[in-house]
Amino acid sequence: MKGILKLAYKLLVNDKAKFTALLVGITFAVVLMLQVTSTFIGMMKRASATVYNIGAPMWIMDPAVQSAASAIGMPDYVLDAARSIPGVSYAVPVYTGNTLAKLHDGTYQPVTIVGLDDTSLYGRPKLLEGKIEDLYGENSFVVVKDGDYPKLENPSVGTEFEVNDHRGVIVGIADVASGGLFGTPTLYTTYNRALQYLPNPRFTISYVLVQPKSANDIPKIKEQVKAMGYVALTRDEFVDRTSSFYMWQTGLGINIMIMAVMAFIVGLSISGQTFYTFVLENIDKFAALKAMGANSRELVMMILYQAGFTALVGYGLGVGLCSFMITMAKMRLPSFASQLSFVNLGLGLFMVVVIAAVSSYFGVRRVLKVEPFQVFRG
Amino acid sequence: MSSVAIQATGIEKWFGEGDARTVALRSVSLEAYFGEMLYIVGPSGSGKTTLLSVVSGVLRPDAGTVSVEGTQIWSLSPNQLAELRLHKVGFVFQDYHLFPRLTTAENVAIPMILKKQPWDEAVSKAHEYLQIVGLTKREDLPPVKLSGGEQQRVAIARAMAAQPDILVMDEPTASLDGDTGHGIVTFVKNQILNDKRCVIVVTHDSRIYDLATRILKMEDGHLATVTKGEVS
Repeated sequence: MKGILKLAYKLLVNDKAKFTALLVGITFAVVLMLQVTSTFIGMMKRASATVYNIGAPMWIMDPAVQSAASAIGMPDYVLDAARSIPGVSYAVPVYTGNTLAKLHDGTYQPVTIVGLDDTSLYGRPKLLEGKIEDLYGENSFVVVKDGDYPKLENPSVGTEFEVNDHRGVIVGIADVASGGLFGTPTLYTTYNRALQYLPNPRFTISYVLVQPKSANDIPKIKEQVKAMGYVALTRDEFVDRTSSFYMWQTGLGINIMIMAVMAFIVGLSISGQTFYTFVLENIDKFAALKAMGANSRELVMMILYQAGFTALVGYGLGVGLCSFMITMAKMRLPSFASQLSFVNLGLGLFMVVVIAAVSSYFGVRRVLKVEPFQVFRG
Repeated sequence: MSSVAIQATGIEKWFGEGDARTVALRSVSLEAYFGEMLYIVGPSGSGKTTLLSVVSGVLRPDAGTVSVEGTQIWSLSPNQLAELRLHKVGFVFQDYHLFPRLTTAENVAIPMILKKQPWDEAVSKAHEYLQIVGLTKREDLPPVKLSGGEQQRVAIARAMAAQPDILVMDEPTASLDGDTGHGIVTFVKNQILNDKRCVIVVTHDSRIYDLATRILKMEDGHLATVTKGEVS
């Protein structure tokens, strides 16, 4: 069988024009599929940036909250009640909100403010410059150095700005796991300072962050929180809820899915048609092999090998090209959201295998039907 | 009398159905023997190639039986039949059917590869067969770089590489000039008949009739006349 496969390989790759056309088709399809899905995955990760960056294992919120960016204020008793639930190690409030920062040159820049629990600073980011204790100083803020950082005129420690006529000063520069989706720079401060600086409705706690004593306590905590009329989600559940919101309720997911399906169809059409043409052009060769004594299984293996080899090489090229494009884009555009993950790599591979299977199916059918007598007809 | 290589009895073959039905073979019977070079001649459309296909296990007849070295080939499964063709029958097609994307040596190696010989070994052996047919220094060229006569010799080398008991040749001189064609068939006759194998040639090239051991003439689907003496 090894010799037959080598024969198949040589027939394929020595036909350079056809082989190139096949590879271009598959690579193009893979790049399109990976590009749209990685953009979606990147955007979803950024949509849940607050959840990833703060990193609490459980989040208590209003049941109407659909995404991490749309917090609904909760009364203080929710925090007290959460702290009294058996199985809760500790619970702290967090504030998230948006406002305008007036910069040194007088321009206004929308910013996201995250107010961390004053006592513990739970969810604090990793600092690149400055000390976290300085956050307790007057008017102190820590700025996140992500893709949106330059929008604040690349502040350094000591840079001043205004928020709602309150003075603010940068005391630290932080690094976080994920930048935000909406293109606004993020400033960390204490919970109480956030409430002072931003106009607030009656209820001010955006989320209660909970550390359960053990994983076994999570269901009981959820039950107790539900009894209060609120909802407790694990970090992954909150990320999923956010993703589901963008996926199904904003049109974003459907559009991305349509684009991925179109990429698949384009790839299938180009590759399928080219591969079938390749088989048709070699049909007399397959007939000759049949006449010489090749059995059906060997011919099927040849076609599957050719389709599989092309698919895998095309997939590798597609992944490489897509990675290169994303890397280049990120070098130029720090906020570029695309991100390759095992999920879309797996999805891309699956789709490529489907393309190879469909392409080879028609080729196999044609080859199995060909009569070796055909070679005598000239 | 030498032993029988192929025995065909009452072969009938038609193409199409109803009004469009064309009868290609009408109750044809023949025997081909080891050690002979049997020609099947006749005008175009007389059924020569159809008969060759049927007796070599490539085209199923609508009636009649064919035995190759005593095996009823049309009662075999498709895979068994493919196996029989691989080990017993070598083919030289009219259009050669060489693989343009392979080198000359790789083309010759194909039957050996089908017989599960390792690639390198088969290609190395193919060089020897190319030497036998006088094609040295052409091993690494693609067939399209060869002349018609050279391509024909590659096709013969490929058929010989299968080491078949029976060699079937379809119009082997159709696209060759007289001298080249005669030379090639002479070469085949010497090579194959020395080993007491059986060669069946379909041709209407009278310039090579002198090389036949026996000639059968086909006309309108019948084996009409035996125009050369019986097997010696």
